[in-house]
Amino acid sequence: MMDHMDTLCQETWAKSSSSGNELAKNIPTKKPSFTNYNLDSHQHQQKWEDTSIFGIRTDTPFQEFNPQSETQSLLPSNPNDHIKIVDRKNSQINETLQINKIPDWDPRAMLNNLSFLEQKIHQLQDLVHLIVGRRSQVPGQPEELVTQQQQLITADLTSIIGQLITTSGSLLPSVKHTLSATTPPLGQLGGILFPSGTGMNSRLQRQHSSGTKVSDQSNQMDVTGNYGTEQNYSIEEHEMKEEDDADEGENLPPGSYEILQLEKEEILAPHAHFCTICGKGFKRDANLRMHMRGHGDEYKTPAALAKPNKEASSEPVLIKRYSCPFAGCRRSKDHKKFQALKTILCVKNHYKRTHCDKSYTCSRCNTKKFSVIADLKTHEKHCGKDRWLCSCGTTFSRKDKLFGHIALFQGHTPAIPRDETKGLSSGPSDKGEENDVSNKVGSTNYSFGSSDATGSGAQNIMDVKVGVDDPASYFSPLNFDTCNFGGFHEYP
Amino acid sequence: MKRQKMTIEFDDNNSNKSNNNLFDLLSEEIVFAILDLLNTNPLDRKSFSLVCKSVYNLESKHRKTLKPLRQEHLPRILNRYPHISHLDLSLCPRINDNSLTVISNACKDSLRSIDLSRSRFFSYNGLMSLALNCKNLVDVDLSNATELRDAAAAAVAEAKNLERLWLGRCKLITDMGIGCIAVGCKKLRLISLKWCLGVTDLGVDLIAVKCKEIRSLDLSYLPITNKCLPSILKLQYLEDLAMEGCFGIDDDSLTALKHGCKSLKRLDMSSCQNISYVGLSSLISGAGGLEQLTLAYGCPVTPALANSLKNLSALQSVKLDGCMVTSAGLKALGNCLISLRELSLSKCLGVTDEGLSSLVTKHRELRKLDITCCRKITDASIAHISSSCGNLTSLRMESCTLVSREAFVLIGQRCQFLEELDLTDNEIDDEGLKSISRCSKLSSLKLGICLNISDEGLAYIGMHCSKLTELDLYRSAEITDAGILAIASGCHDLEMINMSYCRDITDSSLISLSKCARLNTFESRGCPLITSLGIAAIAVGCKQLTKLDIKKCHNIDDNGMLPLAHFSQNLRQITLSYSSVTDVGLLSLASISCLQNMTVLHLKGLTPSGLAAALLACGGLTKVKLHVAFKSLLPHPLFEHLEARGCVFEWRDKQFQAELDPKCWKLQLEDMIP
Repeated sequence: MMDHMDTLCQETWAKSSSSGNELAKNIPTKKPSFTNYNLDSHQHQQKWEDTSIFGIRTDTPFQEFNPQSETQSLLPSNPNDHIKIVDRKNSQINETLQINKIPDWDPRAMLNNLSFLEQKIHQLQDLVHLIVGRRSQVPGQPEELVTQQQQLITADLTSIIGQLITTSGSLLPSVKHTLSATTPPLGQLGGILFPSGTGMNSRLQRQHSSGTKVSDQSNQMDVTGNYGTEQNYSIEEHEMKEEDDADEGENLPPGSYEILQLEKEEILAPHAHFCTICGKGFKRDANLRMHMRGHGDEYKTPAALAKPNKEASSEPVLIKRYSCPFAGCRRSKDHKKFQALKTILCVKNHYKRTHCDKSYTCSRCNTKKFSVIADLKTHEKHCGKDRWLCSCGTTFSRKDKLFGHIALFQGHTPAIPRDETKGLSSGPSDKGEENDVSNKVGSTNYSFGSSDATGSGAQNIMDVKVGVDDPASYFSPLNFDTCNFGGFHEYP
Repeated sequence: MKRQKMTIEFDDNNSNKSNNNLFDLLSEEIVFAILDLLNTNPLDRKSFSLVCKSVYNLESKHRKTLKPLRQEHLPRILNRYPHISHLDLSLCPRINDNSLTVISNACKDSLRSIDLSRSRFFSYNGLMSLALNCKNLVDVDLSNATELRDAAAAAVAEAKNLERLWLGRCKLITDMGIGCIAVGCKKLRLISLKWCLGVTDLGVDLIAVKCKEIRSLDLSYLPITNKCLPSILKLQYLEDLAMEGCFGIDDDSLTALKHGCKSLKRLDMSSCQNISYVGLSSLISGAGGLEQLTLAYGCPVTPALANSLKNLSALQSVKLDGCMVTSAGLKALGNCLISLRELSLSKCLGVTDEGLSSLVTKHRELRKLDITCCRKITDASIAHISSSCGNLTSLRMESCTLVSREAFVLIGQRCQFLEELDLTDNEIDDEGLKSISRCSKLSSLKLGICLNISDEGLAYIGMHCSKLTELDLYRSAEITDAGILAIASGCHDLEMINMSYCRDITDSSLISLSKCARLNTFESRGCPLITSLGIAAIAVGCKQLTKLDIKKCHNIDDNGMLPLAHFSQNLRQITLSYSSVTDVGLLSLASISCLQNMTVLHLKGLTPSGLAAALLACGGLTKVKLHVAFKSLLPHPLFEHLEARGCVFEWRDKQFQAELDPKCWKLQLEDMIP
């Protein structure tokens, strides 16, 4: 029975992401379950499909559930009232919405729907009876047959429940069918399990607890969901790989590791290891040990020079995790969604990247700034080198990728680097130079003007032409006469 | 003639000053019709526009194309001509960004075509203003803009209506710039990327992906591989594909292609060393409409190659210049191809009488045949060519030295539709010329280094070939004034004549040639009897003279230059080396505003200061060849200044050379040939 219920629950969750509130009505229960319906359940629903979250954080304390069970007891237990309850809840959520919807309420249709619901509920009742009957009748049935039957029944169950949901959803005066039709059963689903669990045995008790956890976890999950988006933001902002986020998926049980928190000064200190005798600082412990040799023979023993961790490795060491000293940081242990940092290096990089000024500027592009020098070096490796840019702003490290992109999209065009256009725009200006030309030419005009004159006066036309060909008018662009058509030629 | 008429009209107009202007009575359409016909001499239109104000205005309105000489004049010219749609700046060596801005602001939407292929000093900014202001720009020629970078290409990409773009030798433009153009100029139909060494597969591929309208694609000498080929072959309208010297493409990559390009009409795969008939047949599979195939300096012409061309039913022109040729290959070409109209076997090794004869007998519709330097062929080939290909319009057979003088008689007898005939360095004699003079449509005749011809033969040509426009008599030493006189009196349309090293030519030849009003190219190197008098006659008579070469005409001095300076206002190129021209002559030439190209080596009378004055005065110079001695004799800033103006200097360090005997020179040449 327990197994059956398990699969039943899971399947219904998975398939319809909700289950009928009427299911709860049918099963004789002392505590109706739609009491779970609260603001949180809206959030549950969003993440419900993701069944993979079940089973995570099995060690979450139960305490968190307590407030909910209190509210549960406070709420009325009459199943017939549930619509009103939902209504009330809706009104709590959004009063205006309800006000808008009141005039649309049709009592006749409501009655029809209710009778339909009644029918369906009876069907459902029979079905559940059947399950119960099967259980008691054939206890020795092979496992496979049982599961097959279970699957058949659950399939029927799901279809009936689906119908129930749609009908009951239409009963609601709220427009938000999707929301109102699916959320209440969802909240109650957790509730279904309570009664069934309480009535059975201790194993079911666990079921109960896991049921409560479902709601609890979805809370948690929601949080991680937020984390996810936060993380995306930060990636977009920093455009760099956040090494310290790599342990995002790590799920150490609380208490299985110790949390250390270095102070800001320690984090930013250039050296982490200091000589106890002279005070000299070192980046690496090994270097410090080498240094210590100078302070006396006692530091020269193999034991003193050996890596200290090695000896200690025999006894089980508590895993160390680090917290960020910056108040309000999500990497700080005081944060309620605390994500620990794995190593000291992670702490350093995290602290510099997130809470320090970006003091290292790329010398090539002069725009990119970094707080961790390694990031700058990584960037400089690629900066300015073969940056293939599209007009849409996308950059490519390879030219063929850019051209593939341009071939694919309409209107995108290769973007020519700005420095090239700049270089050309400041081309040689020839204004002054040209004046120079005319000046020089002007001075030479005299020398051959005289020789020119000897051959003139051949014809009437030639007279005109001599005037036209007067060198002075030729070579000074400022003195351009309309008769002077030496300036252009056409060859048809 | 026209000029004189115009003068009379001009006078009439002056006398009727008090009355209403008679020209106002002419309707716009009539003036436009007159202007449409005025296209022989560029100066005619200008003279016409000076008749009166209304005609001046109408001419301004009528003119659509402009070919300015200097950028300084651009603002005024563009102000005068508001409807310019085609701007050819190839005579302006210097066009800076300011000029381009002026152009773009003046022409605006009327400008459709601009040629900047010979201009330098412009950059990204000028092109940007051009692209943004002249929205209707369709053609842009940026060839030789070796300084342009991707930013400039990005500016060009702003010209959204661009259909034809030439970027030859824009070596600094990379895939990025080409990518911008590919995305920006969606309507591109033609793009030439020849020698754009920075462009690789990626850029070409993007062009093919983005510009679906491409008809013509020149990818010559690009470092491309097979990677860009699939998308090129997918171009639906591609007709013209040039992949000369694409060493990165080989047979293996071509055979991997599943389908060829169906729309292809012209394919140039010259100098593709790594492509044999295997890759070629893969590339042209499916290209049933291929009309022209150029495989110069490529794979050997074998039966296998000919076989791979078998399915090309529309093929009309095959160019196999410089290929290794076998007789079997030529035979197979004859058998496989349907009917060629154009065949070029220039400089092919291995062309024999056997192969060529079997080829030409199969292609009786051949119009153009080039067998330059096929040194093994003899009279037999010529007999077959002339009997089979009666419709031949062009025959080039320079240096077919084994062909005897009798064979040329056959050509004249049987190929009477010839328009172009190149017989340079052949054994033709006067009998041959007499026969060839039957080709009444002949317009270009090259008889260079034909030592057997004389005035007598040339007289036949002069008498019968009235359409001759081009005559080359380079080193045909027997020719004298009588021959030239016959040509000058018979061929009034002559545009180009070369009589270099015809040592017996005197001024009387030049005086007779001065009747050829259309003459634009005159070369008479090494004619020591020519004096300034002859040059003066040419200058007065041939107003359209653009190219003059009088190197080693020792008797030409400043007196020849002065008439040139006055009358030859279209002169663009002059070679004066070894003549007796001095400072005065050179300075007077400076008044020719068109003059761009000047070679002045070994002028005894030229002083450094005279040269400096001439160089400064000649504002339009783009190229000057000088003796290296002047480099140290003239101040360096002078050259810097001239270079900034757009002039390029070529320094020569040749010793003064004494003249060789023409016959001895010919013998020397023959010795060199293996």
